[in-house]
Amino acid sequence: MTADILLQAVIGGLLMGLIYALVAAGLSLIFGLMDVVNFAHGELLMVAMFATFSLWQLTGLDPLMVLPLVVVLMFALGVAIYHGLIARALTVQFNRGMVQIFVTFGLGIFIRGLAQFFYGGEFRSITGGMVANRTVQMAGIYVPLPQFAASLVCLGAFALLLVISRTEFGRALEATREDRDAVALIGINRDHIFAIGWGLGAATVGIAGVMLATFYYVSPNVGANFATIAYVTVALGGFGSLGGALVAGLLIGEIEALTALVLEPSLKQVGMFVVYLAVVLFRPRGLFGRL
Amino acid sequence: MLRLHDVSASYRGLKALQGVSMDVGKGEVVAVVGANGAGKSTLLRAIAGQVATTGSIEFDGESLAHVPAHMVTRRGISLVPEGRRLFPRLSVEDNLRLGAYSKRGDFDRFAPLELVFSLFPRLRERLMQRAGTLSGGEQQMLAIGRALMTQPRLLMLDEPSQGIMPKLVDDIFKAILRIRRLDVTILLVEQRLAESLEIADRAYVLQTGRVVMSGPAKQIAADAAVRQAYLGM
Repeated sequence: MTADILLQAVIGGLLMGLIYALVAAGLSLIFGLMDVVNFAHGELLMVAMFATFSLWQLTGLDPLMVLPLVVVLMFALGVAIYHGLIARALTVQFNRGMVQIFVTFGLGIFIRGLAQFFYGGEFRSITGGMVANRTVQMAGIYVPLPQFAASLVCLGAFALLLVISRTEFGRALEATREDRDAVALIGINRDHIFAIGWGLGAATVGIAGVMLATFYYVSPNVGANFATIAYVTVALGGFGSLGGALVAGLLIGEIEALTALVLEPSLKQVGMFVVYLAVVLFRPRGLFGRL
Repeated sequence: MLRLHDVSASYRGLKALQGVSMDVGKGEVVAVVGANGAGKSTLLRAIAGQVATTGSIEFDGESLAHVPAHMVTRRGISLVPEGRRLFPRLSVEDNLRLGAYSKRGDFDRFAPLELVFSLFPRLRERLMQRAGTLSGGEQQMLAIGRALMTQPRLLMLDEPSQGIMPKLVDDIFKAILRIRRLDVTILLVEQRLAESLEIADRAYVLQTGRVVMSGPAKQIAADAAVRQAYLGM
């Protein structure tokens, strides 16, 4: 194995890892805020990818140009999911945990069914736009331009999430996460905070979806694999930790890329699950999780 | 200012309040006393919109029925709850500033900070510290401070002396008297009978969810029968 191949793999893992990290960040944000695991998270990613694909196909606009629009749509979708489903699931009296699991799980199946209905099962891909199918060469290493653009946008999204967490709204989010029943004492409507939390979580995974769509196939089932990786990433980084999601996402990306060097490509995900099991055994709260 | 008429409430399947009627006038300090389990905390939580009630609760002539808890706060009623319910991982400063969160858009919404620091100078020294690392007394000061940041007209305090060093208890009671002078009406629930009746104008005695006696605080304090029958002292 030459150093070039290794370096190529490390850079590939880094670029993919940033996408994993951002997908996980959206999941972690919602989980950290209200202890609800969104089992439709992969489907939200898929919705953003199809939205990008359709907007590109219908309008011919560059996928990067539709990013803001898709992000706004995803935010609205997140808010709608909270008000339409989650808020109701929170008020049930019995088996609340189960209800919350099945409500998002069912939502995921429903969204996948819709995608199947409207788009059929075949794989589609975006073949145009300013980054499509282009590669840049840096110091002998080939970097696919779509992946490079995606990783920059993901980093930007993380910076934005960090800024939001420092605002007064971010403090209110943190307070709600600490004691959802106490925020009413300071006049904060927790329903409002939860809804915006869902909006932010969906918008976050939406950004990842738009960028992923510029180089990855789009199909109704595309979210499943990314969602699995996101659950692993969140558990590895620590539930509810933004920095944890970033570090764990990069770690997962690297482990995957390096595993693919030594094992058959079809086994490339073995490495991350081995690391995940080790973390769960020796540090169940994840790398940066709070107890 | 605050008027309760025939208010009943259940808490965990038990009737915690049964037909409670009471009045709190503007500028008054009113104490609610009674043994453990008499329904004192439930009474404050009912006013704050945290427990479902029957009967009527009016604040400044407007009904609080079906008003959600966060809107009760915005209308000018602030509860300092039992157990304080601070945000332990947030700093003292964040806890205080969040008290003014619902007043976003008001130019001088952080103005009460100066008042809070003059009441509790210790808080100014601990601004950057996480709320969860404060002593019990300091946490109580912070809880009262956070409540004052919402600029309440009625401040409700649930057992402010609970779990606090005796020396700091005096500070808390002194602060309550100073808050009263700022035209804030106070409804106080306390285990410490003597101190609370001393600073209160009037008092209600609760027993198993009913008002069994009410009147000027001095009179209640002097009534030997009350002390024996309802307060166990």
